[in-house]
Amino acid sequence: MSEQNEPINLPDDTPVDLQTEFDNSHIQEVLDKLDKELIGLKPVKTRIHEIAALLLVERMRKKMHLSAETPTLHMCFTGNPGTGKTTVALRMAEILHKLEYVREGHLVSVTRDDLVGQYIGHTAPKTKEVIKKAMGGVLFIDEAYYLYKPENERDYGAESIEILLQVMENNRDDLVVILAGYKDKMDKFFQSNPGMRSRIAHHIDFPDYSPDELLAISKLMLAQQNYRFSAAAEKAFADYIKLRMQQPHFANARSIRNALDRSRLRQANRLFKNQQGLKKIDLITLEAEDILASRVFK
Amino acid sequence: MMTNHGNRITQGQFSFLPDLTDEQITAQIKYALKNGWAVNVEYTDDPHPRNTYWEMFGMPMFDLKDPAGILMEVNNCRKTFPNHYIRVTAFDSTRGWETPRMSFIVNRPKTEPGFGLVRQEGEGRTVHYTVHSYATDKPEGERY
Repeated sequence: MSEQNEPINLPDDTPVDLQTEFDNSHIQEVLDKLDKELIGLKPVKTRIHEIAALLLVERMRKKMHLSAETPTLHMCFTGNPGTGKTTVALRMAEILHKLEYVREGHLVSVTRDDLVGQYIGHTAPKTKEVIKKAMGGVLFIDEAYYLYKPENERDYGAESIEILLQVMENNRDDLVVILAGYKDKMDKFFQSNPGMRSRIAHHIDFPDYSPDELLAISKLMLAQQNYRFSAAAEKAFADYIKLRMQQPHFANARSIRNALDRSRLRQANRLFKNQQGLKKIDLITLEAEDILASRVFK
Repeated sequence: MMTNHGNRITQGQFSFLPDLTDEQITAQIKYALKNGWAVNVEYTDDPHPRNTYWEMFGMPMFDLKDPAGILMEVNNCRKTFPNHYIRVTAFDSTRGWETPRMSFIVNRPKTEPGFGLVRQEGEGRTVHYTVHSYATDKPEGERY
């Protein structure tokens, strides 16, 4: 603190070496990882790059004794289920840690149950405990709109929101809060909690994936588990994605993951039935029949 | 005690040193968290070098990663009990230890009246000595 209050007597033309600063922060590794592991999500990635740039410049300014206050970094992630909100939050914690904006860089993921108590006087200690655990890292509140239930005026969610607001304002150096939820419900949530809206600097909307992106995601998921599609299976899965997207309760990447898990099940079953002459490659490859057996094709 | 100038109570770590600053407290808590110990905040207005029964302020804090949360609790306790003794303890739950591994005072009353020596005449002209805090002559809650 004291060094910030020193008089500024650096000349205006002091050179600024952003590139070295950037290299030293190792932020590029995280951003590359983000690009590689997350398919699509263009607007989200752009926004994260912007935030990373802002923090880097902010750090430079601090070195030159120019910074006034730490920027607010509380965020809100909106998007349909399975669009990667939690994954991005995890990466975000890592980025903020690399930029020394948070001290530890861990992610504490909570829902309404972890914050709101069941009787009078239960909520405040519960919320505070979670906040204390998240300090030095990122507090990720999934389905945050459940915190506020307008139909029940005696609901304790409001108390929890109040404490959160206070911490978001006073302990900006200690933790970053990320709210996540479906777009329409979050909009309603913010309408009834204008204080919350104004304390969140970054609203990031997660778009749905296109069929091509989903196929790329499925291949990535399989590669992580040492599986792969045969050529016919890949075509079958592309068809599967198109059909599945039209059905109700489609949850983007999450549905894809479940579909893959089910095909693995069928593959295992198939291998058991014809055990003659099995090779290692058979253990790795998912065939078209494993996918075409899905109920989606019926 | 008598040998300790300024009547400051000495108990736990660092009690012969000047009061720790918040920065130093944070550094100590960080060490405790690094070792995986659970940190508590406790208070009392019954000073004695060997009084180990202090009241807990809130719940013990498990699974914390960063000292900021504990410092927040220390400051809450200071606000509630500005004129009490407050200490921070770190409990090690490892099998075989199961005991506080650190304990240090983070808040003291503005004035500490100190301790007197009480002599009790025993059998056969033996004398028993005990240390008595002048502060405890008054009832609990009115001592400082």
